[in-house]
Amino acid sequence: MRSLLVFSTVTFSAMLLLIFGLAAASYPRLAVTLADEPANKNEVKIDNFNFAPATLTVPAGTRITWVNRDDVPHNVISTDKKFASPVLDTDEQFSYEFKDPGTYLYYCSIHPKMTGKVVVQ
Amino acid sequence: MGKLIESAFSEDDIDRRGFLKCMAWAGTGAFCVLQGGVVKSFALSSLPRNLAALKGDLSFVQISDSHIGFSKPANPDVTATLQEAVAKINALPTPPAFVLHTGDLTHLSKPEEFDTLDQVLKSLRTSRVFYVPGEHDVLNDNGKQYRERFGHEAVGEGWYSFEHKGAHFIGLVNVLDLKAGGLGTLGKEQLEWIENDVKKLKSSTPIVVFAHIPLWAVYPDWGWGTDDSEQALSYLKRFGSVTVLNGHIHQTMQKVEGNVTFHTAMSTAFPQPQPGTAPSPGPLKVPAEKLRSLLGVTDVNLVHGKHTLGIIDSPLDSGMQK
Repeated sequence: MRSLLVFSTVTFSAMLLLIFGLAAASYPRLAVTLADEPANKNEVKIDNFNFAPATLTVPAGTRITWVNRDDVPHNVISTDKKFASPVLDTDEQFSYEFKDPGTYLYYCSIHPKMTGKVVVQ
Repeated sequence: MGKLIESAFSEDDIDRRGFLKCMAWAGTGAFCVLQGGVVKSFALSSLPRNLAALKGDLSFVQISDSHIGFSKPANPDVTATLQEAVAKINALPTPPAFVLHTGDLTHLSKPEEFDTLDQVLKSLRTSRVFYVPGEHDVLNDNGKQYRERFGHEAVGEGWYSFEHKGAHFIGLVNVLDLKAGGLGTLGKEQLEWIENDVKKLKSSTPIVVFAHIPLWAVYPDWGWGTDDSEQALSYLKRFGSVTVLNGHIHQTMQKVEGNVTFHTAMSTAFPQPQPGTAPSPGPLKVPAEKLRSLLGVTDVNLVHGKHTLGIIDSPLDSGMQK
């Protein structure tokens, strides 16, 4: 019951932040709190040799977390060498804060057919 | 299953249905033999007879994709299945001249995983093991550790060639510097090396190329191919017999294209789905009693004069047909 209450509060705060456009300063911490929630919109799930969502659009200052739910290792490598995760085995995760607006392409350098995009506004 | 396949194949050729069967996992009970650019297939139950018929001047074994360190449900004990592969090789009537391991020795490139692989393969009854790296062997360090352990005589980023009884063997690396959206890559430096390496050879020299990711487009949607393999193969066009041995896809497939015969090997660790039959590649969980029929070793014979290679894929569990 208590955890449900916490979750609702956090969700509600998130909604408030969004509505009032206050995301930039406080959102990264919020994203970490919610890292295990499947519905977290700042999370990219790696499964079945895919990044989902393949394109994620976020405000500047957002911290994005990639979680490997596949049973083989993957990594998250910026095509322009702006960020690079270590190899993520099953259930391991990697986070990166996107400070500047722009389009960031990335891929899994172990399975390069896997590509994704982060658009920072 | 064995009987069904036996009746589908004739002794000297195979029909379409047979070929499709042959492309399936070895767990169907068939093993495939390559001679003079023609795929011949035999039921597993007749292995001893065919082994004798294929005796040549040179025989060697290919193993692949051991993934030491993997412990998921698809195979919780990959060391044990590698040990079984070793036992099977050691039980061959003629010890192989050498063993080729076509990559993914380890699952996560960890030192202890390389140690275990090394330890298990030390008990092989053969003179030597030759390696090429898989993408799982070059994680985090671009293959530095792999090369320190297994690439002493290699050039560039780990490629090399050697001669054995008149055949020319070329070990290639196509798992480094992979580009976003692309497939396996050999790269400019390695391509130039290949061109030079084969320049001095007579066109009658049998060529055996081995690399981890298939050097033909098995299924590009799943990354099962190599972007610049065509250029590498163009340097081998003048040779009468070219055999390409790959791993990576954890199942046997064969293709003949002119003078080139392509062949992929089973994994000693876990099977993967057939192309397009699942949402993605990856470890395939099969019933425990079936697993060993989907893992195995490849035994290759070179018959001199004819310049042909005979290839047999043997599941670890070959007793199931008896």
